[in-house]
Amino acid sequence: MELIRPGTHIEFMKFKTIAFTLSIALIVLSLISIVFLKGINYGIDFAGGTEVQVGFSETVKTADIRGALETIGLSKARIQSIDSAEGSEFLVRIPMIEDSTEDLVLKIETTFGDAFGKEKVDIRRAEMVGSEVSKDLKQKGFLALFYAGIGILIYIWWRFELKFSFGAIIALIHDVVITVGIFSLMGKEINLPVIAALLTIVGYSLNDTIVVFDRIRENMKKASGSYDLVSLLDNSISQTLSRTLLTSLTTFIVVLCLYLLGGSVIHNFAFAMMVGVIVGTYSSIFIASPTLLILGQSKK
Amino acid sequence: MDIFKLKGLIILIVIVVGLLFAAPNFFGKQDVPEGWIGPKEKIKLGLDLQGGMHLILKVVTDKAVESRLTSISSDLKGQMIDKRIHYKGVTSQSPDLLLVDLRTPDDVENLRKLIADGYPYLQEADKSTRDDITTLTYQMSAEEASVIRDQAVAQALETIRNRIDQYGVSEPSIIPQGRERIVLQLPGIKDPERAKNLLQNTAILEFKLVDEQHPVDDAVRGDVPAGSYVAYMRDGRTPILLKDKAVMTGDLLDDARVRIKTTYNEPYVAISFNKEGARIFERVTTENVGNRLAILLDGRVSSAPVIREAISGGDAIIEGRFTMDEASDLAIILRAGALPAPVEILEERTVGPSLGRDSINKGFTSIMIGGILVIVFMVIYYRFSGLLADLALVCNIILILGILGLFNAVLTLPGIAGIVLTIGMAVDANVIVFERIKEETRLGRTPKMAVEAGYNNALSTILDANITTLIAAIVLFQFGTGPVRGFAVTLTIGILSSLFTVLFLCKWIMEWLVNEKKIERISI
Repeated sequence: MELIRPGTHIEFMKFKTIAFTLSIALIVLSLISIVFLKGINYGIDFAGGTEVQVGFSETVKTADIRGALETIGLSKARIQSIDSAEGSEFLVRIPMIEDSTEDLVLKIETTFGDAFGKEKVDIRRAEMVGSEVSKDLKQKGFLALFYAGIGILIYIWWRFELKFSFGAIIALIHDVVITVGIFSLMGKEINLPVIAALLTIVGYSLNDTIVVFDRIRENMKKASGSYDLVSLLDNSISQTLSRTLLTSLTTFIVVLCLYLLGGSVIHNFAFAMMVGVIVGTYSSIFIASPTLLILGQSKK
Repeated sequence: MDIFKLKGLIILIVIVVGLLFAAPNFFGKQDVPEGWIGPKEKIKLGLDLQGGMHLILKVVTDKAVESRLTSISSDLKGQMIDKRIHYKGVTSQSPDLLLVDLRTPDDVENLRKLIADGYPYLQEADKSTRDDITTLTYQMSAEEASVIRDQAVAQALETIRNRIDQYGVSEPSIIPQGRERIVLQLPGIKDPERAKNLLQNTAILEFKLVDEQHPVDDAVRGDVPAGSYVAYMRDGRTPILLKDKAVMTGDLLDDARVRIKTTYNEPYVAISFNKEGARIFERVTTENVGNRLAILLDGRVSSAPVIREAISGGDAIIEGRFTMDEASDLAIILRAGALPAPVEILEERTVGPSLGRDSINKGFTSIMIGGILVIVFMVIYYRFSGLLADLALVCNIILILGILGLFNAVLTLPGIAGIVLTIGMAVDANVIVFERIKEETRLGRTPKMAVEAGYNNALSTILDANITTLIAAIVLFQFGTGPVRGFAVTLTIGILSSLFTVLFLCKWIMEWLVNEKKIERISI
């Protein structure tokens, strides 16, 4: 079976203006959303606070939950309903209250117990992250992204020419910014597992890019001397296209399974991976290689 | 035996060993059947999968320095009286300053001498004079303070270990982090609140005499006699006037047990002192017959019974209308010893057993469905070679489980996600090779040449592509905590095992097919 017919030659470079325009528009939109509009919705790992996932053995309305929380002065709580097989389930998040040593989890459990009946309430998960730890985690998260970027840059630098490294890094920044931008636009929470997903996207997107770059390098060696860079790039991408699409497809299949079946705890992680796989595949075809073209031209 | 066969044998051994280590997990919740000769250990599950509590505690070491300073100051007062140094007051300031008010220059000189001889770790930080009163400010030396802090953390760690051991948690993990933090992993905790109380209770046990000379009501109104202070009973409302000085403390304790009063069915804690404690207790009770002796826990008065007669033998009881749980927890913390400083909870993550079970089931379903879809897809697309890739995939999962078991690694929910991801990405290396072989075949190469060229040309691409992901995974392992670390672990193992299955296992089978079996056409 063939996904891409052998000998197919698609003129990818023709799309570079459209692709760049689209990508720049997406990046600008992402940055506007991150910086001016919605900002980044940090999860409790990074923002601190208390989060309780609570299940009820019978159907309970969000309004009832809010009412119960208001009786103990937690009107600022954010309540999110979670799909559950029976009864109902909610995620309650309370922002950090400075200088409070009060045990909120206990208080919430008691309040729900009083309001809905003790035996009907099941505290499925409770997390509290204090400011000291959340600051730590935030720093660690950013450092992780930073060091992974540096490590990968050094590796590519060592394995390829500088020009290639630039192409790869631009594709990489492109992927991360757009993924974070989509999280920002959709108001989805960024927590520790999402950072893990971002790092995996970084690795994954590069994986795709490198396969293409390897082919470009190989074709350059074969052509030895005079070649038309545009058609060489087109050729290289076309030759690796079926592999790029196949791997993206299998990866997307499993990530989709994770998103649909993996449960609420890793929902955001799976979502980040889905976005990353799509954006990463796109960028290794339409962004990374055309960047080589632009850098190559400017050299001449 | 030729090299090719030897290679095949080694590959087979690796997979069989992986299978042996992975096997215990295939029995699910059941025990490994008797007579099984391989390893019996199942993969350890993280707290997010088996349920339990993760805590980061901070030992408030400032308090340890402060309380050391308080004891220094009372010691110093005694010394100054002995040396006839007339002081007006000694106050300590948080966390490491001690201020002494003096009247005459002679006193200043004498105090300096006393400090230099007896308290070398106190350094004069300031001297000020106001209204004939000279105030000398001493600061505890940084080295001394840091020794006290380190000791406090070490002792807190020990105490917490003791308490958890006695409480009965299976396989707890209690490790220090940084200079003043303690990270606890407590699997299977059913009552998180009770566990937290058990940990946070400083459990400082003190015995103080009740000031019977002065009425407590006057003291509450503000007329507190010198050397006494107002404390409250456990209910927090009933005041009681106590002498400042503790006649005994809990460090002289030998044992503490829960007992139940037969008359009221009320639990209490029976304590027994060590030899020194028993001697002091006997002396105190002898000297104060008819007086009341208050028993304080963390500053609150549990009870204040009247001393009817001298008590020898070193046994006493602590009452205070406890519930059974409270009494048994109190006995635990008294046996385990006091915390040298209070502990704060910086981070708490509790997962109930129901969610853990859910997560395992959901993770398992994702692996199964995702795996089956990819396996079917590969067979449809690559026919026989697809089967080969599927074999690699299955071996991959076996190897991941085996290596996790071998290294005693912990499987978390993100870790399961890492395995799912590996399923999707592990076929990549095979796809790269297969596509290459297809291309070479199209160029008119024989199967043998196509396979050889395919693997040769794909090798550097496969390595490059995987090493970048590996870099990301290693960085993640370094910076990640808990569950995320589990992801980095399975991702790393997944990358390595997929390299093994593709570059060794599949390659060997392909070579065997074209070299030994001499197939005419590769089904790809």
